[in-house]
Amino acid sequence: MSAVREIEYRDALREAMSEEMRRDKRVFLLGEEVAEYNGAYKISRGMLEEFGARRVIDTPISESGFAGLAIGAAMMGLKPVVEFMSWSFSLVAADPILNNAPKMLYMSGGQFGCPVVFRGNDGAGGQLGSTHSWCVEGLFSNVPGIKIAIPSNPYDAKGLLKTAIRGSDPVFFLESERMLGNKGEVPEEEYLIPFGQAKVIRSGTDCTLASWGRPVHFCMEAAEEMQKLGISCEVIDLRTVRPLDIGTVVRSVKKTGACVVVDQSWSFGSPGSEVASQVHRHCFDDLDNYVHRVHSADVPTPYATNLEQEYLPNARKIAEAVRSATYNL
Amino acid sequence: MAFVARRLFPVCTDYTMTSLSNPTAGGVSAPGSSQSDVHAKVYGDAEHLQVPAAAAHVSTEKMLDWFKQMLLIREFELRCMQAYQEKKIGGFCHVYIGQEAVAVGCTAAVEHKDPIVTAYRDHGHALARGMDPKHCMAEMFGRVGGCAKGKGGSMHMFDRDNNLYGGHGIVGAQTPLGAGLAFGCKYIDEVIEGKANSRVSLCFLGDGALNQGAFHEAMNLAGLFDIPVIYVVENNGYSMGTAIARGTTMAHSLITKAAGYGIDGYVVDGMDVVGVYADMKRIADKCRATSRPAFVDMRTYRYKGHSMSDPRKYRTKEEEEVFEKHDPIGRLEARLKAAGKLTDDSLKAMQKDVRDTVRDAVAWSDESPIPPMAELFHDVFVEPWGPYTGSSQPQMNGGTANQPSMRTIDTKEELS
Repeated sequence: MSAVREIEYRDALREAMSEEMRRDKRVFLLGEEVAEYNGAYKISRGMLEEFGARRVIDTPISESGFAGLAIGAAMMGLKPVVEFMSWSFSLVAADPILNNAPKMLYMSGGQFGCPVVFRGNDGAGGQLGSTHSWCVEGLFSNVPGIKIAIPSNPYDAKGLLKTAIRGSDPVFFLESERMLGNKGEVPEEEYLIPFGQAKVIRSGTDCTLASWGRPVHFCMEAAEEMQKLGISCEVIDLRTVRPLDIGTVVRSVKKTGACVVVDQSWSFGSPGSEVASQVHRHCFDDLDNYVHRVHSADVPTPYATNLEQEYLPNARKIAEAVRSATYNL
Repeated sequence: MAFVARRLFPVCTDYTMTSLSNPTAGGVSAPGSSQSDVHAKVYGDAEHLQVPAAAAHVSTEKMLDWFKQMLLIREFELRCMQAYQEKKIGGFCHVYIGQEAVAVGCTAAVEHKDPIVTAYRDHGHALARGMDPKHCMAEMFGRVGGCAKGKGGSMHMFDRDNNLYGGHGIVGAQTPLGAGLAFGCKYIDEVIEGKANSRVSLCFLGDGALNQGAFHEAMNLAGLFDIPVIYVVENNGYSMGTAIARGTTMAHSLITKAAGYGIDGYVVDGMDVVGVYADMKRIADKCRATSRPAFVDMRTYRYKGHSMSDPRKYRTKEEEEVFEKHDPIGRLEARLKAAGKLTDDSLKAMQKDVRDTVRDAVAWSDESPIPPMAELFHDVFVEPWGPYTGSSQPQMNGGTANQPSMRTIDTKEELS
């Protein structure tokens, strides 16, 4: 059996978009620098050449305008993919992405859906300072009517993005500038990954680590460290937070009796607090300790390297939480 | 002297700097007249440029149809106000009385396949576009017979069959959507189907929306991408209680804003339905043929308050009376009577007909059931994923499969 090829996260994203654009003419890409510049992060490299300027569209720096334009086009039955150079910039498009896209189907009594995908870099880690380091899942997961995918690796990035584009509902697709160069196995043949299906990426017996996006990697580091101490961690990559596959987490916690949720967004009213709440509800009699949570520190994102690293969830903080959650072992 | 709003043809890109810096240049002024003073106060300039009467070859049949549509909208809105007082309508309710000629004339000037999107003062557009008054009224009554099964309300009228892409409640929010609808039409025609663009989109906005960032971003995109959308500013002189000149620069010449985006700008008398039709027809034809956007400063006036709770303390009775003298319905009535096409008897019959229609709509809406509780969870997603278990309410769903309902869509099937 031949080895599966390895490609970068950014290549996986491009493959997903390109394959869907070849398959369906309704799909087009728009955003800042996506065409002639080949993408600010080279995700759309070569796509202008293949699909032409009618389908790979450079926009001005005008998030509210082009996000709203994409929603109008989606109401007409098209399937736009909107690249936000950073999700931090989506805040100036809050009205279209939060008031229009998620509510159109409901407010119109089922007449007009918005099959649009908004995607871009999310989260801190590149010394970008506070304004460019948003983890928008903390804000946006509160809103009904949108689906939110936060893939942690190239395989998931491709499979989930294809599902997002092919679907009929608005999707916020949260990538990470820190992971775009990460390599991973991605098969040549086509595959899609359904939303709402978490993946157990490391089996264990003593403590469940539930996370999504970049912190999944920190969980794996922490799990390695814990193994040295004889504590066996099960790591679950939720992959989408809306829908949220709480079932996989619950099944794991019923086995391990301990749970640590790791979420890069701020702790107050976050996807992490939601997961913890649901685990408490479903595993009330199974838990040996309360569900621990590791988040970014409750401060604006700092610039200095040491401060930023301490601000983020990291393997040390996760390990500490695991030790505390499994104090009885 | 009769009030005649300035109509400017050809396009603003043809203006000389002189006319831009002196917007009334070439006009016939009527100093001292109370009408001009009032007009100046409302729109920021005393406009009395004589323009040729709308060179429209409009059949009597059409004019009578528009007349009846305007009567219907006015009667409908009066009944809305009554129903609001009776607490049958909740929330915010913005009536269209005074502005009827705009929705009716603009809608008549485009084709039914051309998308329309508007703001929250949207009942008139819905009716002019062909929505059954029953569905419009029942929506406001919060009944399942409403156009959105009672889930949108007064500010959010949607009608897929009539290509009405919403009333939108946030000021200016619909302006990027309007660009997107037109972009979508053009993309479907040209990129997918390989033919020429065949549709123009109408995006209505109030003069208050001119100061929203979304409007300027939408204009820039429309100009940049050659998007066939017509922004129709229903300039009634007030954003809620703020007179236009208090909130908007260059209020006396809004088309200068269009010039800044390389978009053709026009000023149209929105109190004359025949003129609105004639001007908008020319604008829409050009927009369709060139696949370029346009901007229209549609001078109109709302007789009632911004919403039902507005006592209109910010303007004078005298001002309102001046505009009421130029009521779009009264003007067309006079015109039709002078031409012998409308008699007192036929008018009475028409009024009765309209009253009956609206009375039926109210009665029908009274009888329409409230939405079944299952509707609370319908239409959140086209493709729901099953139960959301996070709530303390065990039966709470993230959404269930859309049941066949009054109008159910499946975007997957669109265009496939």
